[in-house]
Amino acid sequence: MKKDNILEVNDLKVSFKTHSGEVQAVRGVSFDLKKGETLAIVGESGSGKSVTTKALMGLLPQPHGFVKEGSILFDDKDITKLKEKNMQAIRGKEMAMIFQDPMTSLNPTMKVGTQIMEGLLKHQNLGKEEAKIKAIELMNLVQIPNPESRMKQYPHQFSGGMRQRVVIAMALACNPRVLIADEPTTALDVTIQAQILELMKDIQKKVDTSIIFITHDLGVVANVADRVAVMYAGKIVEIGTVDEVFYNPKHPYTWGLLGSMPTLESDEEELFAIPGTPPDLIAPPKGDAFAARNKFALEIDFVEQPPMFKVSDTHYAATWLLHEDAPKVEPPESVKKRIESMDHSEEATR
Amino acid sequence: MAYTLFSIGDYYQIMANFATTNLGGAHVARFIGQRIIYMIITLFLIATISFVLMKLLPGSPLANADKLTEAQQEVIFEKYGLNDPIPVQYVNYLGGLVQGDLGISFKYDNRPVSDILSDRIGPSAQLGIQALIIGTVAGILLGLVSAIYHNGITDYLSTIIAVLGTSIPSFVFAGLLQFFVAVKWGILPVATWNGFEYSILPTIALAIFPMATCARFMRTEMIEVLNEDYITTARAKGLAGSAIIFKHGIRNALIPLITILGPLAVGLLTGTLVIEQIFSVPGIGEQFVTSVTSNDFPIIMGTTMFFAVVFIVMILIIDILYGLIDPRIRLSGKD
Repeated sequence: MKKDNILEVNDLKVSFKTHSGEVQAVRGVSFDLKKGETLAIVGESGSGKSVTTKALMGLLPQPHGFVKEGSILFDDKDITKLKEKNMQAIRGKEMAMIFQDPMTSLNPTMKVGTQIMEGLLKHQNLGKEEAKIKAIELMNLVQIPNPESRMKQYPHQFSGGMRQRVVIAMALACNPRVLIADEPTTALDVTIQAQILELMKDIQKKVDTSIIFITHDLGVVANVADRVAVMYAGKIVEIGTVDEVFYNPKHPYTWGLLGSMPTLESDEEELFAIPGTPPDLIAPPKGDAFAARNKFALEIDFVEQPPMFKVSDTHYAATWLLHEDAPKVEPPESVKKRIESMDHSEEATR
Repeated sequence: MAYTLFSIGDYYQIMANFATTNLGGAHVARFIGQRIIYMIITLFLIATISFVLMKLLPGSPLANADKLTEAQQEVIFEKYGLNDPIPVQYVNYLGGLVQGDLGISFKYDNRPVSDILSDRIGPSAQLGIQALIIGTVAGILLGLVSAIYHNGITDYLSTIIAVLGTSIPSFVFAGLLQFFVAVKWGILPVATWNGFEYSILPTIALAIFPMATCARFMRTEMIEVLNEDYITTARAKGLAGSAIIFKHGIRNALIPLITILGPLAVGLLTGTLVIEQIFSVPGIGEQFVTSVTSNDFPIIMGTTMFFAVVFIVMILIIDILYGLIDPRIRLSGKD
């Protein structure tokens, strides 16, 4: 493992056994997570972003989901090989997770304080009173007012945004080194989304933890992430710093994503919709999975999967367009315009 | 039987109304007051309907009517007020009921119905309580095991037990138990009531239905709960499997189970009628069956009212249990 990496994922393949065959949800994903950074994983539903993080946590739905190949290195140990018992010692302590829907991710019959304390009692060797004090601290950290009395309440007495704060407090309980946030704002009202994002950024500064942030909202990515990985059909198609991927995207799928993002300025131009649907992951296509929907597809795209081409030291994209023999292709005009306008709005907000 | 008259739904409607508002002590008192009024209305309806149904029963309360002359029969009817017009009998009966007087048995000379009932309540209560506890506890455990090892051999076995238990009537089990355990193997007494060992077979026969129902229900609920998001949250905290099942699973799976405790309690009450008869247990159920065949009107009415009260109280207890287990329905919810 490289020195400043906290997590290294190498050629991870995750499959699900179903009645109609093996669904290859993740088909060879590699990335690393550096200490203290926030890596966003974006992609449409079914691109394998959630499955990847479930595999990191060892929370793949049993008995159907399994890691087929590849490794996840954490502390120089391949955690895909760990026994459930040893994985339990990592979960919640070294790696924690924030879930998508705060309405369903809290136990309705258990007091909120107890739910926050559970992880502390399991991993930190704290007494009940100490755990209580720590839980109140955590609730203060996530800005829940009156933590002493709120602790004794049940989830139904909390609003959606407050519940998500509880979920975040639970995840932060044992100062995890890796925090995985699986679309933490998707299920919330827009105004609450902004509050939760602010909170996450705030916590990022206070707590020294690396974050994997899963989302399909590119606005959120620009807001919170240092680097971004774009996933499509179980693979990472482009990865780089936020600036690189947003202002110098190389993969046609990334172009499509950027072009399909509505902005305030986009009322005149039409939104760019990516034609077609994602491929069937029971029998994925032989070549580039995106080829069939890609108007820039080359012949080789239908025959062979593109490797990761290096754009810069931090920026890679899996498209044959980057091959030296490929014709030079520019992103569509509408996408270029979009990138320019993002540039301006960035400057305006600075 | 009059038990099905009552609408459990009404009670839950009230509960739901109360759950959505913040309640202080005054509200709780009002809630209980309202419940008592509902109970009285329900009992009044049950008394009325069973009185009418009883009057429709064919036959005479006189065991040897054909040997008595018309005049002799007239005298007896006159003595027990059976010659009055039916509305008058009804008013007299309700009048007695309000004063706590259940009347006097026709068959057992001059014995008040309340005496007869209190003599017989012991065995019935013992059977009912034993069967309820054994049935629900065993059923919950069985369902839990099937849910945790679901689609394994244990699951199939317990599913088979559950299907047999719900589909075969308790009197068949009673007969089988008597034949094998008592007659063939001679382990336990066949029938009658002379101590604890006499209660074992009837308890088992009575417990099988609630056990099977609970097992089926618990299995479904637990499997559903184990697929909930908050179980994944609990796993993500690094909790061990057993902690997840006991702390997060069981309680949530039990909440819907409470809803079927009402119907199960009815099943036990009606079950005692048959089981007590088969095992010759001197309980209220056996008394009830005997009195129906001999048209002993005061005992029929007394027993029906007794069962009705038991059932209403059970429903009240179930509602209270609900509040204890599910914080969302707690009456004294403070915000």
